[in-house]
Amino acid sequence: MDATAKVAQEAGRRFEKVIQILDGHNRDRTRLVPILQAVQEEYRYLPEEVMTLVATSLGISPAKVYGVATFYSHFALQPKGKYVIRVCDGTACHVKGSQDLVDALQGKLGLGGSRKTTADMMFTLETVSCLGACGLAPAMVVNEDVHGQVGPDQACEILEGIRQQEGM
Amino acid sequence: MELQAMGEAYGKSSKHFRRRVVICAGTGCMANGAMKVFEALRKEAGDHGISLDIELDFEETRDRDGLLTKSGCQGFCQMGPLLSIEPDGILYCKVRPTDVAEIVSQTLLDGKAVERLLYPHPTTGKPCRGRHEIPFYALQQRTVLKSCGSLDPEDIREYLSQGGYRSAAKAYLEMQPDAVCGEILASGLRGRGGGGFPTGRKWEMARVQPGPKKYIVCNGDEGDPGAFMDRSVMEGNPHAVIEGMMIAARAIGADEGYVYVRAEYPLAVARVRRAAADAEKLGLLGDDLFGTGMGFRVHVMEGAGAFVCGEETALLASIEGQRGMPMPKPPFPAQCGLFGKPTIINNVETLASVPLILAQGAAAFKETGTPASPGTKTFALTGHVANTGLIEVPFGTSLRHIVYEVGGGVTGKDGRISEAGFKAVQIGGPSGGCLTREHLDLPMDFDNLTSIGAMVGSGGLVVMNQETCMVQVAKFFMQFTQNESCGKCVPCREGTRQMLALLDDITEGRATEETLPLLEMLARNVKVGALCGLGKTAPNPVLSTLKHFRDEYEAHVHRKVCPSRVCKALMTPAIEASLCKGCTLCARKCPVGAIIGERKTAHQIDPGKCIRCGACVDACKFNAITGA
Repeated sequence: MDATAKVAQEAGRRFEKVIQILDGHNRDRTRLVPILQAVQEEYRYLPEEVMTLVATSLGISPAKVYGVATFYSHFALQPKGKYVIRVCDGTACHVKGSQDLVDALQGKLGLGGSRKTTADMMFTLETVSCLGACGLAPAMVVNEDVHGQVGPDQACEILEGIRQQEGM
Repeated sequence: MELQAMGEAYGKSSKHFRRRVVICAGTGCMANGAMKVFEALRKEAGDHGISLDIELDFEETRDRDGLLTKSGCQGFCQMGPLLSIEPDGILYCKVRPTDVAEIVSQTLLDGKAVERLLYPHPTTGKPCRGRHEIPFYALQQRTVLKSCGSLDPEDIREYLSQGGYRSAAKAYLEMQPDAVCGEILASGLRGRGGGGFPTGRKWEMARVQPGPKKYIVCNGDEGDPGAFMDRSVMEGNPHAVIEGMMIAARAIGADEGYVYVRAEYPLAVARVRRAAADAEKLGLLGDDLFGTGMGFRVHVMEGAGAFVCGEETALLASIEGQRGMPMPKPPFPAQCGLFGKPTIINNVETLASVPLILAQGAAAFKETGTPASPGTKTFALTGHVANTGLIEVPFGTSLRHIVYEVGGGVTGKDGRISEAGFKAVQIGGPSGGCLTREHLDLPMDFDNLTSIGAMVGSGGLVVMNQETCMVQVAKFFMQFTQNESCGKCVPCREGTRQMLALLDDITEGRATEETLPLLEMLARNVKVGALCGLGKTAPNPVLSTLKHFRDEYEAHVHRKVCPSRVCKALMTPAIEASLCKGCTLCARKCPVGAIIGERKTAHQIDPGKCIRCGACVDACKFNAITGA
């Protein structure tokens, strides 16, 4: 098999899952948001070619899919790191010092400005508007794990813990 | 009736248990390791020969040792993981897996309480045995939240055993749609999502619309920072929400419904999905409700992270697969909503109240609360307050009661209760305003709060102490609405951006004489000109803080001073030589090398180099560096 065929086969395998998702939603264009959510779960972001495929399959323009994907904050058009750290910046967390957490983690990870993901693709640092765990303010979530009443030191400890686990 | 029989069977078999242990499995307690406690407890009890069942067996008739279940959020999140033991009436706080051995040997075997795990009374310090002794619970009136935290949200039979789905059965079997609307109208129930529009009137509007296709949508897109009551209801009693939707569907003649849940609430999504599926399995949802031939189906949809989708018309656009942008009203969704059909959108808490109203009657519902705002309201009490968590009190309760009695008082920077600490309470999130000392005795209801420029909103109550800068608070909310503005209308898209820029000027020392009048004028224009609720209420935090804390704004603008010493740009750190020990810690922390001085001699700050980051103030252990 030559290289091009291999790439094509690889791509076909990648799209298989997308087709399954589309079929699962009966290719119903009103189900666009759940479809994109499922796609994102698969790829951890929305690759451009997948969005085009979704558009064609639903019979809508790629611009429309792009418009929806960029409107909602949950959709990422860039790949995210293996560990997504989300610091809650709701009112309760904010008044209890969530910014200090962000500053501390940014310092540790060497992130800042528009850079949200580390170069080794291990960590992505984001803020979210409210996790609804206000009684635990300030709170942060690493992938699915919620940590409550976190100070800057603890945040860095959690980070170090992951790094050790990853052998970094 | 079959359902009733199932409920009774559940009630009967649960009586065979000598004890019931309930572990709070709300988000807060889960984050603190509630499930580890659950597993440890099962194992430890087994080692002592106590069998803790985790599921009810209907066939079983002999007496059993205990039943171990999970519950939804019990509201006292800060003290979690919570564990309650009935019928002993014991509530344990901050339970760790290492405490489990003692709980089993002392409480489960001997019936004695483990004192160190009890909540200490905030004033007397005496351990409180159970909820009735804990002021945080004893001073509330929990109705909507009553079952949250006691019943197992993942077992429909328990909801049935507590009379669940009987209000829905009544609505379908004994009442006509106009009577259902009439009952809700007579109860005076007002929408708990923020605006307080009478629910019965909204339903009536949809009921009279012609056509066979109508929708019920439950708005579970609670995005207000600082509010989480919808989350708790969806996690703790999801069947109440589904039942409320069924009743609403009967009232307007809908056969399909959506629950739109924030994706940030994965547990709520899972529990509502499970509840809908279980109800469908029992035929409570489906094509033939209670043998009437009427159908109703519920879909659960996850949001995708857009605050504006809390706005009715934007939420509908999102369900339709569009960008979640609002539309001008009228037409109202009740006339022309989802896919162009009449649609009722109600908040989670509103829908969860509906079965209660049908069960007890409108007149009984009106006995609580104030004449114009009947019933109770859940508030998310957070910020600088001793007991943070979810509370429910009748409308008309004063702020003083909530903050000082239920909340246990205001805390200072060190987390201890400080008598003089109270500064303000921000209510209703980015749509709301501030309440100050002078409002402490105001009976809180929809109209009283609107009259002073605040609103119930989603019910977030953020207590702030003297160390909070009100300009920063206004800026925080403005940043939020500016981020979340969908950009469709100019007043909101550009107005919030400019307001934020003006607030930046104020906190960073660039403001002039013109800044405040300009900010005020802009705020009023956005309020009038914006298309939807997000934009119309976005200026509220600014207007409200300007009204109540104008002197604080003026200090920033005219004297370039932040009275709460929060705005770093307005601080010029200085070292008090008599207090400085020359430990060099500040010099090492200073990122620009602005601090000079020899070891063990007083240091100095070079004002030319200083970037006013405040790192030195935080670093100094001797309080020798002041910020102003």
